[in-house]
Amino acid sequence: MKKVSFPHMGHAGIAFKSLLEDLGNEVIMPPVPTKKTLDLGVKYAPEFACLPYKIVLGTYLELIEMGAEVLLAFDSYGPCRFGHYSHLQFLTLKNLGHDVEVICFGYPKREPIEFIRKLKKVSKHKSTIKCLYEFYKAFKKGWEKLKALDYMEKLSHKIRPRELKRGTTTKVYKQAQQWLDEAKTYSQIAEAKEAGIKAFNDISIDPEREVLKVGLTGEIYVLLEPASNLEIEETLGHMGVEVERSMFLTGWTQDNLGSGTQDHASAIEAAKPYLPYKIGGHGRETIGHVVNYAKRKFDGVIQIAPFTCTPEIVARTILNKVSKEHDIPVLTFFFDEQTAKAGITTRLEAFIDLLRRKRLEKNQVAAAI
Amino acid sequence: MTIKIGIPRATFYYEYFPMAQTFFNELGLQVITSAKTSREILNAGIQKAHADTCVPVKAFYGHVESIKNKVDFLFIPRITCLNGQTVYCPKFLGLPDMMRHAIDDVPEIIDTCIDVRTTRFAVWKAFYSIGRRFTNDKFKILKAYIKSLYALKKYKNLLMQGLFPEEAIKKLNNPNYNIQKKQDSTLHFAVLGYPYTVYDEFTTVDLLSRLKKLGVQITTIEQVPYSWIKRQHKKLPKRMFWTYSDAVVKSAFHFFEHKSVDGIIHITTFACGPDSMVIDYLKFESQNHPDMPFMSITIDEHSGEAGIHTRLEAFVDMVKRKKMLKMNTSEVYS
Ligand code: SF4
Ligand code: SF4
Repeated sequence: MKKVSFPHMGHAGIAFKSLLEDLGNEVIMPPVPTKKTLDLGVKYAPEFACLPYKIVLGTYLELIEMGAEVLLAFDSYGPCRFGHYSHLQFLTLKNLGHDVEVICFGYPKREPIEFIRKLKKVSKHKSTIKCLYEFYKAFKKGWEKLKALDYMEKLSHKIRPRELKRGTTTKVYKQAQQWLDEAKTYSQIAEAKEAGIKAFNDISIDPEREVLKVGLTGEIYVLLEPASNLEIEETLGHMGVEVERSMFLTGWTQDNLGSGTQDHASAIEAAKPYLPYKIGGHGRETIGHVVNYAKRKFDGVIQIAPFTCTPEIVARTILNKVSKEHDIPVLTFFFDEQTAKAGITTRLEAFIDLLRRKRLEKNQVAAAI
Repeated sequence: MTIKIGIPRATFYYEYFPMAQTFFNELGLQVITSAKTSREILNAGIQKAHADTCVPVKAFYGHVESIKNKVDFLFIPRITCLNGQTVYCPKFLGLPDMMRHAIDDVPEIIDTCIDVRTTRFAVWKAFYSIGRRFTNDKFKILKAYIKSLYALKKYKNLLMQGLFPEEAIKKLNNPNYNIQKKQDSTLHFAVLGYPYTVYDEFTTVDLLSRLKKLGVQITTIEQVPYSWIKRQHKKLPKRMFWTYSDAVVKSAFHFFEHKSVDGIIHITTFACGPDSMVIDYLKFESQNHPDMPFMSITIDEHSGEAGIHTRLEAFVDMVKRKKMLKMNTSEVYS
């Protein structure tokens, strides 16, 4: 089998790897995107391509260097640019003289025959039935892992702001990821998950600490890839902020390939007065999530998106009003290759200060009454 | 008092204004458009819009600002899909919502959604629902609709003949309007870009008239028949799903292939989402056709005359020299 790889997106790679290995592939794990990755991407990407495009292109180039022969991508159908990513990236790679195969998977519901044809390319089974059956099995297991991984991440969001020794949570989270990566069977996955939960629970915390609650929403890639958002969740956690993120890959998969989640439906509903139609990307969802966070009495919301991201710019424009009407502070970061962590941290500190003051005022008012 | 409908002179104006105007006039309403883009209009837009918004949409804010107090309704339809295949940029789709929530004291916005994929006769149904806001006379609405279709057809014909939108609209509204005669031109360029960018004299710092002055005959996407575009479908791995981008890319491919022009200029705007993809498709295609002069110009809100005009002149000179050289060599060989 050829050596297969895919773009890096948070911990999702661990689940992809499990799925692809079960199908009988040799998998090259994509490296965590670094400055070098981005520089490579910037060099060969159009100037105004959005950040995820550049990071993914950079990752592909690094992977080719590492010996990858087949690159996997995911397709979508507009109106956001994402649907043209892999096609243009493939052209770019070809023009650079790289002889790799890019296989771009569409939604199986929408183009089932294409999907099976492509699936066969990454499966050692050539009969359709066998191939589908093996895929089903591998998918189910990968799904189990992904669910466990997402659960670990949620735990890290909860515990990090309360940890006594700074950095423990991040360490435990990495450890848990590794355990899950190493788990091969269902029982091992369950075991790894148990061990992960226990490790998280063993972290010594300060239960009394006054922790702010902030919603994190925006564009999918910068939400799911910590390297692209300059580890904003970790930074926030260290500032004593509990983050709730609007998007996890498990949720996205259910929304787009399955029957949808309650959370998504309620976001769409909440966005209705502001943006009743789909505009591509997750613009509409972003608005809905902000409304829902406000209703759930969060202290504030942070929207993150790549620079020039069209749907999120539309959302940002409308969020001014949402923020006013629902009395919830919203901070937006548009990331590009020049964004520096120091700048982000300063702005975050100011925002968190504001949220703390606001909460204090509210408490005083409540006390006075 | 007649009801006044405001139509901003931006985005869809360039493609559909005569249709909307005819429809509303037939219903007995008065149509008011904003003035041509100016420094004031653009500045007003820049103030209201988010900083990372593209120039055309910033200008749109300005146009809305400039007429919002003079009209009873603003006509900003949510045109989603008209051909069953391609849609519009996310910023287009969210245009009515952005205006409603970002601009203070906007009049009521008519934001009827037109998406031919959802129902049959979607365009008629959309116009019917708009008409019903103002009259109960179904027959009147139908008549207005038919007339507006007719106006649109006439308008598209004029564009196809090479008129620019402002001229064509004047001609439609006043049949006696004299069209400027075509001057002699030595060169022929395809100037490709979205109509609301290409024809906006202010943001493009008069690029089209400048080219004309330099003796260049201009073809824009409005003069590229769909049959030409269709033939280019195969060249893209996947159809561009934005209507205007699809037209721009495939018109460019057509001219690259048929060499029926002397040069191709692509006009794009700073921070345009779809164009970030379009640019590279064109760049790669131009690498396959090194003999076809190609240039991409990016417009932003501070585009100065000096920069753009120098580049235009240099490009025109280069193409001229190239053409002369070709003529000379072919004379030698013939
Ligand atoms: S959602 Fe935004 S960042 Fe993602 S592909 Fe679309 S425009 Fe780019
Ligand atoms: S296509 Fe480009 S220029 Fe037009 S509205 Fe969208 S982002 Fe702006």
